[in-house]
Amino acid sequence: MKIVVCVNHVPDTATRVNISSDQKTIDLERVVFVVNPYDEFAIEEALKTKEAVGGEVIAISLGKVVNKETLRKGLAMGIDEAVLLKTDEQLDTLAVAKALAEEIKSQNAELVFMGKQSVDYDNAVMGQLVAAILGYNIVANATSFNLSGNNIIAEREIEGGKETIATMLPAVITAQKGLNEPRYASLKGIMGAKKKVIEEKEVQIIDNFVNVIEMKKPPRKAPGKIVGVDASAVPELVRLLKEEAKVI
Amino acid sequence: MANKFLIYVEQRDGNIKKSSFEALKKGSDLAKQLNAEIEAVVIGNEINNLESIGGYGVNKITHLKNAELTNYSVSAYTELFIKFTGESNANIILLANTLMGKDIAPALAVNLNCGLIVDCTQIELRDNKLFAARPVYAGKAITFVETNTPKSIYTLRPNVFTAGQASNLKAEVIIKNVDSVNLTNKVTNVTKAEGKLDVSEADIIVSGGRGLKAAENFGMIEELASLLGAATGASRAAVDAGWRPHSDQVGQTGKTVSPNLYIAVAISGAIQHLAGMQSSKFIVAINKDKDAPIFSVADYGIAGDAFEIIPALIEEIKKQ
Repeated sequence: MKIVVCVNHVPDTATRVNISSDQKTIDLERVVFVVNPYDEFAIEEALKTKEAVGGEVIAISLGKVVNKETLRKGLAMGIDEAVLLKTDEQLDTLAVAKALAEEIKSQNAELVFMGKQSVDYDNAVMGQLVAAILGYNIVANATSFNLSGNNIIAEREIEGGKETIATMLPAVITAQKGLNEPRYASLKGIMGAKKKVIEEKEVQIIDNFVNVIEMKKPPRKAPGKIVGVDASAVPELVRLLKEEAKVI
Repeated sequence: MANKFLIYVEQRDGNIKKSSFEALKKGSDLAKQLNAEIEAVVIGNEINNLESIGGYGVNKITHLKNAELTNYSVSAYTELFIKFTGESNANIILLANTLMGKDIAPALAVNLNCGLIVDCTQIELRDNKLFAARPVYAGKAITFVETNTPKSIYTLRPNVFTAGQASNLKAEVIIKNVDSVNLTNKVTNVTKAEGKLDVSEADIIVSGGRGLKAAENFGMIEELASLLGAATGASRAAVDAGWRPHSDQVGQTGKTVSPNLYIAVAISGAIQHLAGMQSSKFIVAINKDKDAPIFSVADYGIAGDAFEIIPALIEEIKKQ
């Protein structure tokens, strides 16, 4: 079976965000990029599925040439082939989804994994969009995944609980933390990944339906009150919460 | 084209979610300003108090009903919602940014081939056009965005928009029995964390961090949370240590929250944690280290030992 895993190359979560001079994006100076954390679970699940049922795993990333670093990490973990959908444009989520879906279709993949959310723009709807474009089934936010023939049994986290879902291929699964423990790349994998050719395709897009007018930092909070240093401050804290903040 | 609003009302176990009341109120306020029509739709089987949505300014709701719709199914709900939206011909569609909202809204966006803005924390009118704000990088920055399509879909972050006090007005409920339900994706079981409030929906959150030293010390966090009717949260350190489930994690690789009150106990405030909770309306920090970054976002703080302060806080609240 052909399995696709979509991966994104994102600023490390420890990044201190500054706004760039265009006032629409973040300043990338001195920003360290990593594989989107949720995509690591997606890569692991794709590899595990291939190990169980056979086939090949193709990683796709959309973005600039630097996204190849993330694709190479995937190759080092055991992915067979990688494709960069190259664009320097800032696309909205639906435009990205259309480009990913087109590539998935041309790869003829019937199972797609990706992280439940990319920790840059935090939309958390990419898998759902791709599934809708392709007419595939979707399980978003999966914490377990089992494939038997064409049948899928998966669990996903919902507000205050879990759902068990029965569906079937073709499908898009978006990975939540807890789905698995991503493997480390072996030395052999890392060496092998260096030699692999990453195919590049120019993205021919496609309209953006959402315009970014500007990006700002959130307003800074005024410094708060240190009420005290021990339990004797508790009555005053409770009074403030009741009378000043009126939140309890 | 005259504007028409459609609000998707989400129910679980036959109860309308609070986040949907927030969407109804926001939608009806905007519709009033634009002098636009507004209606709502809900999908499910037996649903309580549907007419109560009138109290939030929406006076017509269609209930798409079938016994097979008791449990949520992404295939069934999405198909019905898309069909209903087509018939309604609404051009501004609002949903709550819940797991269900994030399943359904994207499918509709693909169907309508239109602009989708998720996880909005602000939606307002400028020159008769809707304009939205949404946090990115877990709240380290905010983008201001607008769509350029005739139809647009917005999902609203729970707990940010206020539903306020409902009036006594009752909405007209139109029940439409649905004859075929697409269960290609079927929920076969739902497990609820017993009596547990989810951090993404709670008005108050009490969170614990690494400074609590062990899983069993979350007992006092849970006790305080239950006294306040709050959800229990955790920092990434506490989750990675295996003391708490990932579903409790607040921060960049957990949940981004905006409760009325966030009490951070023995959490130093890593940048990823601050990003996930700094939009809370009031923040209390309790930490031994007076220089901990958590104090930079706190409204009130006690720079002392949580093991001494939390029991005292529990006693004080019980007294009142």
